[in-house]
Formats: sequence, structure tokens, C-alpha cells
Amino acid sequence: MSVITRLAAAALALAALTACSAEDPGAAPAAGAAPGKVTVTASDTACEVGVTELAAGTSTFAITNGGSKVTEFYVYAPGDRVMAEVENIVPGLTRELIAELPAGTYETACKPGMVGKGIRNALTVTGEHKPLTADAALAEATASYKRYVKTQSDTLLVKTQEFVDAVKAGKIDEAKELFPVSRTYWERIEPVAEIFGDLDPAIDAREADLAEGEEWTGFHKIEKDLWITKDISQDGPIADKLIADVKTIVGKANAAELTPLNLANGAKELLDEVATGKITGEEDIWSHTDLWDFAANLAGSKAAVQSLRPVLEERDAALVATLDEKFAAAEAELGTHQKGDGWRLHNELSKDELKRLSDVINALAEPISKIAPLVAH
Amino acid sequence: MISRRQVFGLGAAGAVAAGAGALAARTLPAEPAAQAHVEEVFPFYGEHQSGIVTPAQDRLHFVAFDVTTTDRAELAELLQEWTAAAARLTQGKEAGAFGATGGSREAAPDDTGEALGLPPSGLTLTVGFGPSLFDDRFGLAAKRPAALADLPKFPGETLVPEISGGDICVQACAHDPQVAVHAIRNLARIGFGRVSVRYSQLGFGRTSSTSRAQATPRNLMGFKDGTNNLKLEDADLLREQLWAAPGDGAAWMAGGTYLVTRKIRMTVETWDRTSLREQEEIFGRDKHEGAPAGRQKEFDPVDLSAMRPDAHVRLAHPSAHGNAHLLRRGYNYVDGSDGLGRLDAGLFFIAYQRDPRTQFVPIQASLAKSDPLNEYIRHVSSGLFACPPGVVDAGDYWGRTLFA
Repeated sequence: MSVITRLAAAALALAALTACSAEDPGAAPAAGAAPGKVTVTASDTACEVGVTELAAGTSTFAITNGGSKVTEFYVYAPGDRVMAEVENIVPGLTRELIAELPAGTYETACKPGMVGKGIRNALTVTGEHKPLTADAALAEATASYKRYVKTQSDTLLVKTQEFVDAVKAGKIDEAKELFPVSRTYWERIEPVAEIFGDLDPAIDAREADLAEGEEWTGFHKIEKDLWITKDISQDGPIADKLIADVKTIVGKANAAELTPLNLANGAKELLDEVATGKITGEEDIWSHTDLWDFAANLAGSKAAVQSLRPVLEERDAALVATLDEKFAAAEAELGTHQKGDGWRLHNELSKDELKRLSDVINALAEPISKIAPLVAH
Repeated sequence: MISRRQVFGLGAAGAVAAGAGALAARTLPAEPAAQAHVEEVFPFYGEHQSGIVTPAQDRLHFVAFDVTTTDRAELAELLQEWTAAAARLTQGKEAGAFGATGGSREAAPDDTGEALGLPPSGLTLTVGFGPSLFDDRFGLAAKRPAALADLPKFPGETLVPEISGGDICVQACAHDPQVAVHAIRNLARIGFGRVSVRYSQLGFGRTSSTSRAQATPRNLMGFKDGTNNLKLEDADLLREQLWAAPGDGAAWMAGGTYLVTRKIRMTVETWDRTSLREQEEIFGRDKHEGAPAGRQKEFDPVDLSAMRPDAHVRLAHPSAHGNAHLLRRGYNYVDGSDGLGRLDAGLFFIAYQRDPRTQFVPIQASLAKSDPLNEYIRHVSSGLFACPPGVVDAGDYWGRTLFA
């Protein structure tokens, strides 16, 4: 798991001060210049949003935390789908959030202390339903990626069902074989799933992610029982919940409207996942099947980038060439660890081999981080 | 472009300077006012690289890279990008043109931001090329200087390969550790896909003076170190002992110098249980003043005959090695603790010279064989680098004479 995809957030104070610090032409204007800003005054007990109605399109929220606790601000579509969010607004600070909102009904939420459902307000967005991307090539990019999400999520349902069936039937060996396979389809599209914050932890939390007393469900709970306790006799309800949660998230993912920015940031986040969780072996700490997840993250990242390819070729052909080269290098390095239809276990790799994998991911992730500004407008 | 400090106004810089001043006053009473100290900016362009005879700054972040690309043109391109960033960073500017917060809000910033609001802090960045860069990958084998000969194995050393060697090194020195770390971090980031960090080392206190305007600092054994170091003011000796000349064998190194690094772990706990008399006899200097044995003042002429034959000062003295000097520029380090109840502490030794074969190697061979300090120290890493001449102007870059 990683942080939820966020659109844009930066400390207002810094943005204003450094607007004069770029010596080269072409620097983006300071955020303060954006028109139609919605002021949000947050405290420990209140969340006053300057408007209850907005025009469809891009809006900027300026959230000032006058309380004593760190807060967060969200814009939710029905079903608590996160449309935009900004985290870590410390007391006394103002942060900005840019949200692309089509016509519809929404809720805003401040979360003082960063817990719970937050302090909610209704927000109605009216007017012409502007497409999120005016540019036809960008629209095709998101459509193309949505098709990818559809095919992956269809298979995710099938494979997770097989895994769940094996667990419920007490077939430990079969379940162990299916574990990395079903996760592959999950890991390819995880950034999309993460837009629906609540369900990702239910499906994919690691034991180390839990707060004390928090209920633990999902893949990794079953992983521990398969590899460590070697007793899955009590996991029926966990397995049932896993497939139910996966079904829910797949439905939501396929219904979601995605922006080119979601694709660009998703491609980057998938590699961040590799760098922080898979290289270190923290993702699958008992099964050591991290390289399955690694390969899936890499494939998912590539799919998102490839969807944007026609746009990128027009806007920065040199970057496309670099990306091709670095994807190929990463795939080649990973390919040296293929074993039959799967991969070597994380604990079979030497430190040198892991460093080489880390190097190719760093080499790829830097150019990938340059995609977002190219497709943001 | 204005500097990081100007962005935030003088208030923040003043506060930082006051903090550094308090520290400097406690450790180095003879230093000039610290306010001027943190505002220092050293020129990046010049005949020689900065960070060598530059009066040693208080802090170090040293990094060694492995080159991961096999494309010579890509490596040369990286050195040009690094040079451009270094030219900015050493002048107190941000790593990229847009900086930490001035670019597109959807883009990852081209500067990592932790030095925003900090004064230039006398940052220097110094690059060097290790022997391994001259293998068959980049067609540089014929250009390997004879002076860049692999160091011999010295008795007693227990070198750890992962923290030794490296294709390229960068030494960042500054009065503020955050400024030094910021510089290395941004260079590492620029290098992703072409180089990979092999190891890096933080040093928190300079152990040598490289100018007569500086007081002699102390190493973690509590002794003044580098009293007789080569110094900025010694023009003739620098020409003779420090800078490579066109006739030395590798024309591209003219104006450059050779760097030896040694990470020297000290078992400070056992040293601290040693009597003052023995400590002073081992070094050959008195601990309080730093005067050589039998003398009164730190800078009094050394009388070798007044010391025991294996005193550290005597073994390392130029007269014992055909008048071979080193420009030492090392830093104290503490890398936490070792899990056995002891500090993981010591000296990150840095020495510049014209030819290690006739300078560092014979001196170290003598020390490794006989120095009574060996009971308290262990060399755990080693690096050797050819530091090219300075970058002369904005059209030049680190290593141009090697790659052109």
C-alpha cells in the first residue's frame, strides 16, 4: 500500500515566496494567481467551506488550519470516492488543493487529528459537465488505460475466487501457489484501487501496517496462516470478506473517471511501491514472493505510461525514448530472476542482486516522474 | 536568480548564523566571527578545484558512486549536468532552475528543498575519478595516470569492499551539514540511471587546518591534528607537493591532484583508558598545547630526537620520507554505535597530493608497520581518486580534459 493518489498540494507560503526564485522563463505561475479560490477554515471542531455550490471544472481550495491538531481535507464523490485530498495541514498553515470536479453532488471533509469520517459538508457542482480532458489524445489515453483496468480486474476476480476457494477447502499447497498469482492482477492496478482508500487496507494491509487492536483482513493475513501458522481452518470468513472486498473495488474501479494525471502519478506510485516494499522484501514477508508483485507493479506502470504514449510522443519524444530504454533495462534485470512460470524468492537474492534491481528502478522512476507535468494541461 | 537565503530574508539567516556561532565559539575559540563564516561563498570556477586548499569547512558529506551506464557519452553528459548543478549549489542557489517550489505543481521539484533559507555555508564540491573508471568500459584505460596506481595492502588493515573504492567520488564540505547533505543528495538524484551510490560518509568536525588563519582542530583522540599540514599560504610547497604538472605523465591531470581516503575506526574506549603520558608519547606532542616533544608551543620546530623512535609525528614526518607532504583534510565521524556498547567512531582521513606513490604510500607503509597508535585504530575503508583540474568557466565541466 502507499499513499492515496493526490492531485496537487503545496504549502502556500513556500509557493508565494519562490515565485520570484526561478531565473528561467516558463516557470509555472504561483498558486496564488489561480482565480476562484474557495476558502476553507478548519479547526478542531469545525470545517467552514466558503461555498456550497461550485461551477464544474477546476477549483482551487485554500484550507487554513486554525485548530491545534494536524488536519486533512477531502472532496468525496458519492460512496466516499476520493476526488481530491490534501494531507498534513499543520496548525497555522494554509495549503491549497486543486480539484477537477464534473457536475454532481459531493461532500467535503476536514479530518482534525487525521482520523474518523471527518466533519462533512455538502457541495453541489453545477453547470456544463466539462470533460476532464479537452484534448482528444488525452481522452483516448484514459480510455485506453480503463480498458487495461477492465481486463486486469476481470482476471483479478477469477484468480482471487480460485485462491479463496482453495483456502476455504483447506488446500494449503494449492492456496500457496495461487497467492502470488492472484496478487499479480491486484498489484498491476493497485493505484486505481487506492483511490477508494477504505478498501485497500482491508484487502492488502500488512501486519506491520495495523494500529494496535485494529482488525486484520485480506491477503497478508491469509499469507501468514499459509506460511507461518500453517493453519487456515479459521480463515473462511477472512476469505469471504476478501473476495467481497475485491468485487466491490473492481466495480468501483471500472466506474471511476480517470484523469491523465491519475495515470502519470499511478505509474510513478507503482514504482515507488517496488522501491519501498518489494526491494526490501517487506510486502510478502512470509511467502517471499515479492518479485511477483515487483513484476506486476512494473507491468502496471508500463501499461499506464503506454496509454499516454501518443500524447508523450507529441510533447517530449526524447522522454519516450528514455522511458523505453529504462523499462527495457528494468525488465531485463528482473528477467534474470525468472524461474519457470514465476520468480525467485526474495530471500534467494543476494544483496548485490537487490542493489541492481534498486538501481534500475531508480533509473526508471526519475524519468517517469517527469510525465505528470506534461499531461497536466 | 537570487540565493536561497535572499528568498527568506535576513531573519532566518541571522538565526542560523547565531546557532553556528555558538557551536564555533565552544569548539574553536580562535575562529573568526561565525556570521561571516556561514555567509562564505567560495568560487566554483578556477584553475584548481575548490575544496582542496579552501580553508577546511566544519562539515563533510563524502560520496562514492559506481557508474552503472556503459555509455561513455552518457557519462560525459552526466558530468556536464553535475557541473551545472554544482556551479549553482556552491553559490547558495538551488540545484535546478525552478528550484524546490518554483516549477510546475504537477512536477517533482528539481531541488529537494532542505536547504531553502540556509546561507551558502561555504559549500564546496570536489570530484575525483577512481582507478576502476579506467577499466575497459569507457575506453579510458590509456589515460589512467601512473600516479593512480592501486594502493598496496598495508599490514593490519581490514578493508570492507562495500565502503571502499568507487568509480567517481564527490566531496561536499560546508559549515552546515544540511547544506552538504543537500548537495550530495541532489547530485545523486541527477545521477539516477547513470550512477548508483556505493557508499557515503558524514563527517562532523574537521580534523585539519588548511590555512594559517585557522586554529588547529582536534581529532577524536583529543589531539591537535594537522599542525604541520600543507596550507593555502605555502605556494611553493603546494606547487611541488599538491598539484599535478603537465610533465607528470597524464596531461589531462595538469592542475589536478590525487586524493586518498581512509576510514579509520578508533577504539576510543581503550584509548580513553590510556595514561596522558602514554598518549602524548605515542603522538609525540603534548595534548594541551600541541607542542612537539621537548618544545613549548604548537608551531615550534619539531625536534625528532626528543621523541620516541616510533612516535606518530616522527614516523609521518616529511624528513622521514624524502620531504613528502600531504594536504590533509579529514573529518571526525561517529556512525552511531557498534552494538557492543561502543561508539562506532573515528577519522575519515582525506589527503590530497601530487603522487600517492611517493607521498601517501611510503608514509602509510611506515605507520602501518610501527605506529603504536595501531593498537587503537583500524583502517576499514580505502579510496583513491584522480581529481581533475578546476572548471574554468560555464562552458567547461568536471573531467572535460579526460573525456574531450
